[in-house]
Amino acid sequence: MLHRRNIITLLAGTMLVGASSFPAFAQERVQAVATFSIIGDLVGQVGGERVDVTTLVGPDGDGHVYSPSPADARRLAEAGIIFKNGLLYEGWIDRLIASSGTQAPVIAVAENIDAIPDGGHADDHDDHGHSHDDHGHDHDDHGHDHDDHGHSHDDHGHDHDDHGHDHDDHGHDHDDHGHSHDDHDHDDHDHDDHDHDDHGHDHHDHAHGEFDPHAWQDVGNVKVYVASIRDALIAHDPDGADVYSANAEAYIAELAALDAEIRAAVAGLPEGALVITSHDAFRYFTHAYGLAFDAPLGTSTEVEATARDVARLIETIRANDIRAVFAESLTDARLIEQIAREADVPVAGTLYSDALSPPDGPAGTYIDMMRHNISLISEGLGS
Amino acid sequence: MIVFDALIGPFIQFDFMRRALFGALVLALGAGPVGVFLMLRRMSLTGDAMAHAILPGAAVGFLIAGLSLPAMTLGGLTAGIVVAVLSGLVTRYTVLKEDASLAAFYLLSLALGVTIVSLRGSSVDLMHVLFGSVLALDDAALILIAGIASVTLLILAATYRGLVMECVDPVYLRSVARIGTPLHLVFLGLVVLNLVGGFQALGTLLAVGLMMLPAATARFWSADVTMMVIIAVATGMLSGMGGLLLSYHHGLPAGPAIILVAGIAYLISLFLGRESGLIRAALPRRHLEA
Repeated sequence: MLHRRNIITLLAGTMLVGASSFPAFAQERVQAVATFSIIGDLVGQVGGERVDVTTLVGPDGDGHVYSPSPADARRLAEAGIIFKNGLLYEGWIDRLIASSGTQAPVIAVAENIDAIPDGGHADDHDDHGHSHDDHGHDHDDHGHDHDDHGHSHDDHGHDHDDHGHDHDDHGHDHDDHGHSHDDHDHDDHDHDDHDHDDHGHDHHDHAHGEFDPHAWQDVGNVKVYVASIRDALIAHDPDGADVYSANAEAYIAELAALDAEIRAAVAGLPEGALVITSHDAFRYFTHAYGLAFDAPLGTSTEVEATARDVARLIETIRANDIRAVFAESLTDARLIEQIAREADVPVAGTLYSDALSPPDGPAGTYIDMMRHNISLISEGLGS
Repeated sequence: MIVFDALIGPFIQFDFMRRALFGALVLALGAGPVGVFLMLRRMSLTGDAMAHAILPGAAVGFLIAGLSLPAMTLGGLTAGIVVAVLSGLVTRYTVLKEDASLAAFYLLSLALGVTIVSLRGSSVDLMHVLFGSVLALDDAALILIAGIASVTLLILAATYRGLVMECVDPVYLRSVARIGTPLHLVFLGLVVLNLVGGFQALGTLLAVGLMMLPAATARFWSADVTMMVIIAVATGMLSGMGGLLLSYHHGLPAGPAIILVAGIAYLISLFLGRESGLIRAALPRRHLEA
């Protein structure tokens, strides 16, 4: 009898150990889901060893036009925390989140940046002064949004009037960043609220018109992304606060170096340098670094080119003695090749804008991607 | 001279406009007659169904050769022809009519295509890759389109009598000759061929439009098959040129602009056409009263 009881005790003990250790082990690593490769890389940088990152749209995948699979819905349902870019970049994600029934908080990492309104791409250069204006005004909007979200539409007209006062030069932007980051910390105390805001925010964007979502082309914005990710991870997993803060700090330092590197490279380009590429995903880059881009396709990969834009680009290349054009990783290169052939300039390589390359490619991480792009541009257009 | 500049200038000035025009004209040459015969066979929606049927072929081509255009085009062509042949055979030898058998096979094909794409886990929109752009026709694409148009015209010339007769009286044709079924299959092959060429040239599913809209337009102007073919080809060519000019002068996307012009031609014919155009039909027919 004794013998048998021993065995039972032993078994029960084993089961207890099993039962208690297993969930603990599972909880140890935060299960994060990121919508596409760039966000996935950033979450991985901040999360480090404590976070398992699953990316829905992998390397070289187009986040604009993704069609999710049930496996993606399952990943969301099993996720502890979900990161998306926001600004309607991933048009498919909200419905997928709703249908997956996930309870995980959803963080729109681009929420706290100064979004650029998505105007007609062809008029980008003429509009430049305007987009500065709009810039300040958006920021205001953001602030209001947090306070009284129902009124955001009315506020809008208001902001527009006020907006002359807000018209800051670019140097202030970075202060603003710091500011919004503080705001974020406040919000994070009650996480449910934050999530709620997200949803409202998307609605607001949608009703409002569109913002250009490709904000990661400005390294300054990515610092804000990283701060959002850090704060969200800390709120979700307070035990890892030190790790997340340290990782984020180290990564932001790397980003600062990258930012300086890009500025130096742009300064080294000839006066009036113009980067012509397939799809206009670089407006934040232009805004931050002052390097002009032009493209036959607009900010979305889903539009079709017009003969007028193609003709205009060919004439621009000829008139300004531009030495090279660039393909873009997610866009069919045939159009830019046709332009290059007709204008008699080479296609100097492939820029990565909306998705990373596979890890062994030239743009396996966000920082590598930005480095790859700027060095390609320097080689192609430099003297 | 200003008119001349507006109409001809862009094509003189830019190589890509000349290529686009050439592609559109050649496409109209092949797709026009095919569209007329589709319409006369009451298969006007076949083109749309076929457009979806080519997906699994393109997907297999992608799996084998990656983002290689020839492989995907060939795969799409194969899948389209298989679906066309299978549905044609089922129509001829079972109780199922053309529309039902085609619907069955194209849906099967589409489902297979989506499955293959998903299994590979890729999010790349394969249809996007399969499509070219009318503004980016390189030599390979032009050769493909021109080759397709040539093959189409040759086969049409060789089978013209039979095709016309089958439209008019398929029972009679079957009673005097045994070529009805093979003829039907060859014709369906031509449909697929021209669709794939159209995707290349126009870069959108709208390619079906350059097949069907000129055919429907032509029907309002003539009851004679040969006249209809000529009118359809002319309408298609004018739509191609008009659409490109619209795209050039007014900044409209090129592929849709071409189809829009064809659609406008259709609407005008719908009202003004000699054969049962709405306005003509509404007028009292005095000559019958006498």
